[in-house]
Amino acid sequence: MIGKMFYTIRQGFKNIIRNGLFSLASVGTITACLFMFGIFYCIVANFQYMLREAESNVGVTVFFDEGVSESQMLDIQKLLDARDEVSSTNYISPEEAWEIMKEQYFPDGDSGILSGLDEDNPLADSASVQVYLKDTSRQTELVSYIESLDGVREVRASDIVADSFTNFSRLIGYISLGVILILVFVAIFLISNTVMIGITVRKDEIAIMKYIGATDLFVRGPFIIEGMTIGLIGSAIPVIILRILYPKVVEFVLGHFSILNRLLTFLDVNSIFNVLIPVSLGIGLGIGFIGSYLTLRKHVRV
Amino acid sequence: MIVLDNVCKTYNTGVSALNGVNLRIRKGEFVFIVGTSGSGKTTLFKLLLKELEPTSGKIYINNKNIGRLRRRKISKMRRGIGVVFQDFRLLKDRNVYENIAFAQRVMGKSAKVIRETVPQMLTLVGLSDKAESFPNELSGGEQQRVSLARALVNNPPILLADEPTGNLDPDNAWEIMKLLEDINKRGTTVVVVTHNREIVERMKKRVITIDKGVVVNDEKGGIANDW
Repeated sequence: MIGKMFYTIRQGFKNIIRNGLFSLASVGTITACLFMFGIFYCIVANFQYMLREAESNVGVTVFFDEGVSESQMLDIQKLLDARDEVSSTNYISPEEAWEIMKEQYFPDGDSGILSGLDEDNPLADSASVQVYLKDTSRQTELVSYIESLDGVREVRASDIVADSFTNFSRLIGYISLGVILILVFVAIFLISNTVMIGITVRKDEIAIMKYIGATDLFVRGPFIIEGMTIGLIGSAIPVIILRILYPKVVEFVLGHFSILNRLLTFLDVNSIFNVLIPVSLGIGLGIGFIGSYLTLRKHVRV
Repeated sequence: MIVLDNVCKTYNTGVSALNGVNLRIRKGEFVFIVGTSGSGKTTLFKLLLKELEPTSGKIYINNKNIGRLRRRKISKMRRGIGVVFQDFRLLKDRNVYENIAFAQRVMGKSAKVIRETVPQMLTLVGLSDKAESFPNELSGGEQQRVSLARALVNNPPILLADEPTGNLDPDNAWEIMKLLEDINKRGTTVVVVTHNREIVERMKKRVITIDKGVVVNDEKGGIANDW
């Protein structure tokens, strides 16, 4: 059994070497495809990370009717906290609101001009609850819910911001999915062609194998190994290149566009490659397996 | 050992190759199947290997109706049948030793078993000194011996040979026939499909004549019919 397995693996490698040029072409194409996929992933992942960061600053502010007691407001805050789409809430008392306002208008601490009003807080009815969402696409739903609550005077939310964020992430998601699917089909087609050439070259050997009593698995095994190895090599190369390039590119961008430093927050290498490495290798292996399996199913039957 | 029960085969093109063949080959027999080109010999050969399915009728090998075999069991059935072809069908990029060992590798035999059995086969077919040679360095007769060794290395109870002397000169053809006879004496059932009248007459074995898809003659001890 083990001997058979080693024989199959050895034959798979021999196939790759025998069809050297075609194998190289397939590896090259998968490398190119997965390199593009990798770049795409890095961009999309970072972009979404930046969007998430930006989203976390997009909140909904809830103001209350006059006469609503603080404990009622805190109850509403608890209700909101318990909701799925809510990431966090923050109660801002009238005193805090006043402090914030003073801070905003007189950041240098020269708020003496307003300190006379401290005893008679003009924002006495301006207690509010800031609500931050996990998922901005559910903002409208949340706003309607809050508006339906007793004691709520007004809900302030920026629909445009929330909608644009959601739509933009969705658009990027669709585009990347489309490009990746096209690349995967191209790669499967190429592997399938390489395996087909291998089958043609080894036509006699396959015929002999069948007469001797080889099982489907034994005949097909080396070709599957061939396809999967090509897929694996083709996916490992771009991952290695990207792993080397990524930190350099991030460093370059941050170094040369320091003006954007506050806007651009990049994911660290591990966050990117903990996902990209297994996904790329998985796609490579999968493309190799599917490409060779489809061809074998059509052309090699005992 | 091999039983054909009213076997018919009509191809999709409408050509009828076999029309109700009945025959019974016992264990340890040596049988020639003869006939003109297009008589249905090759179709019969392919049916026995389950490369083709009969249109109707049943085929039994070792008491098993091979028509009922599931696809994944076909390979196991074929392991019980050694096959030799007119054009030898050796792997040109491998030497004699590797060609014979290939049949054992396919069966998943261990390296130790292969090391023991292949030299025995080479001795049996008289090619011990040619183990390292490649097929293109061998004569037709030698290539057919390698093909025979490959067919026998897994010790199958049945040996099917399709025109094994078709590409050989008379001397080599006779050598191969004597080798097949030796193999038969060791207990292997041998079925030879041929149109080499001279060989058939010299061998004095059972001869089944097929014409237009039916068995027209079945004689022991040589040839009694024209084909």
